[in-house]
Amino acid sequence: MSPMLEVRDLEVAYGKITAVKGISFSVDEGQVVTLIGTNGAGKTTTLRTISGLLRPAAGSITFQGKRIDEVPAHDIVTLGLAHSPEGRRIFPRMTVEENLLLGAFARNDKEIRTDLQAAYDLFPILGERSQQPAGTFSGGEQQMLAMGRAMMSRPKLLMLDEPSMGLSPLMMKRIMSTVDTLRSQGTTILLVEQNAQAALKLADKGYVLEVGKIVLEGTGKELLTSDDVRKAYLGED
Amino acid sequence: MDTFAQQLVNGLTLGSLYALIAVGYTVVYGIVQLINFAHGEVFMIGAFGALSTYLLLFQGQTSLWILPVMIIGAVIASVATAVIMERVAYRPLRGAPRLAPLITAIGISVFLQEFVRLFYDKIPGTNFPSAKQRIPFPRIEGVTGTAFEAGGVVVQKSALFTIGCLIMCAALLWYFINRTKLGHAMQAVSQDPDTARLMGINVDRIIVVAFALGAALAAIAGVAQGLQNANINFKIGFTAGLKAFTAAVLGGIGNIQGAVVGGLVLGVVEALATQYVPGQFGGSAWKDVWAFALLIIVLVFRPQGLLGAKVVDRA
Ligand SMILES: Nc1ncnc2c1ncn2[C@@H]1O[C@H](COP(=O)(O)OP(=O)(O)OP(=O)(O)O)[C@@H](O)[C@H]1O
Ligand SMILES: [Mg+2]
Repeated sequence: MSPMLEVRDLEVAYGKITAVKGISFSVDEGQVVTLIGTNGAGKTTTLRTISGLLRPAAGSITFQGKRIDEVPAHDIVTLGLAHSPEGRRIFPRMTVEENLLLGAFARNDKEIRTDLQAAYDLFPILGERSQQPAGTFSGGEQQMLAMGRAMMSRPKLLMLDEPSMGLSPLMMKRIMSTVDTLRSQGTTILLVEQNAQAALKLADKGYVLEVGKIVLEGTGKELLTSDDVRKAYLGED
Repeated sequence: MDTFAQQLVNGLTLGSLYALIAVGYTVVYGIVQLINFAHGEVFMIGAFGALSTYLLLFQGQTSLWILPVMIIGAVIASVATAVIMERVAYRPLRGAPRLAPLITAIGISVFLQEFVRLFYDKIPGTNFPSAKQRIPFPRIEGVTGTAFEAGGVVVQKSALFTIGCLIMCAALLWYFINRTKLGHAMQAVSQDPDTARLMGINVDRIIVVAFALGAALAAIAGVAQGLQNANINFKIGFTAGLKAFTAAVLGGIGNIQGAVVGGLVLGVVEALATQYVPGQFGGSAWKDVWAFALLIIVLVFRPQGLLGAKVVDRA
């Protein structure tokens, strides 16, 4: 079976600076795949290109057998690909509920309310504060909202960009276990993280990105025990 | 006392007109951070749209039921102008340095004025009068003439019409922005356009909606202006546009409620200054000076405007 998402020889440039220099990776249905790497490695650039906010300079992106590297960003979400961006990017002056409903903007079916309830079940705090302006939320709460909002589009593939950024260890655990839950409920996940340990523990497969290139790949376990990864990303020597 | 009340009525009438136009500047700015200096011309074309509708369909008639049809004609003319303008002139410049669309806006403004001046009487299949001089605007029963006099204060029917239009448009706009899916999408684009695209919102489409919305309100203002002044010409967009822009900045550019408040404040200050500034600096010749002086004072002490630049947003 062909992978759900296949990225081939992807290059992305900002003007003259090439940030992503020909990377290839794939995500199979039902998996959690992680991209790890230090600051400036090109992780965010990769996700933004997959979701159509940036255009590749070369290479291809195929989602469920369809080339999507020419599709406008606002149409990509309707194909079943949701992106929870770096820094959460909730709409601060709108309420929690309005944020969640915007996640379902591209949908027209009758089950939006059911899914809203599902988001509240996943993160009860969102339900308790549904009428509060989202900008008043704490970082962890905003992260839950950003994930809930992304799930409102009923994605087949969910891309998360550093969901654990700036969170307490407890909240980070909470987010990671939610990622696990979502996978068990049938959502495929592409997880970008700087917290390599947490991401690799969860991941079926991982790729290590360094200044725009993939330097290592393997199963989560393999990478977790690899000497290179331990030295570079897990602070051990 | 009655002169004060009279000037207050005059100020609120003028202010309502400014407010209706100012909303267009602010909505577009809130979505694309562009000052559409050609918006005054969209207002002018609204007035000509209403006039043309009248001349084509109802010449010589005065009954009130004509008015809604004239408003529809005005709205069609203005919205078409604004949408074409966005498509042809602004969209290709998206992402260009900000000076480029600004200069373009001034160019469009001159183009539209000259177009109406030179070609209004040459549109095939019509025999419209030349727009080189003032053209009488139709008088419609129920919205022209004196509404009532109380304690020495004269209230014109056209003033009630203008103020009524502002109240109705403000209420509809509030509902649209805060209670509809498209309105929420507009808020999302104004707060974070990239993330809005990730939600599946077509930002180009929202920009067109913003232009169209502002144009519709400007068109209604165009009708109100025609009824108030009893005539129109190709230049009416210039001053009204400048004042409405001032009102939008005064209230906080990007903030819809700010545009309404800014328009009303500006209108009232102008009217009161005309009446109460004594001696050489009083009277209507100086009212524009006071209007712009007010802008400067507010910008010095409150650069974000009276209500703050909050972008297209709720209370
Ligand atoms: N808008 C931009 N314009 C120019 N260069 C950019 C832009 N955005 C990112 N870059 C550059 O592209 C490279 C990759 O950045 P990217 O944000 O993709 O890294 P990242 O792996 O997500 O890093 P982090 O972990 O810090 O989020 C960096 O060198 C960065 O400076
Ligand atoms: Mg990043």
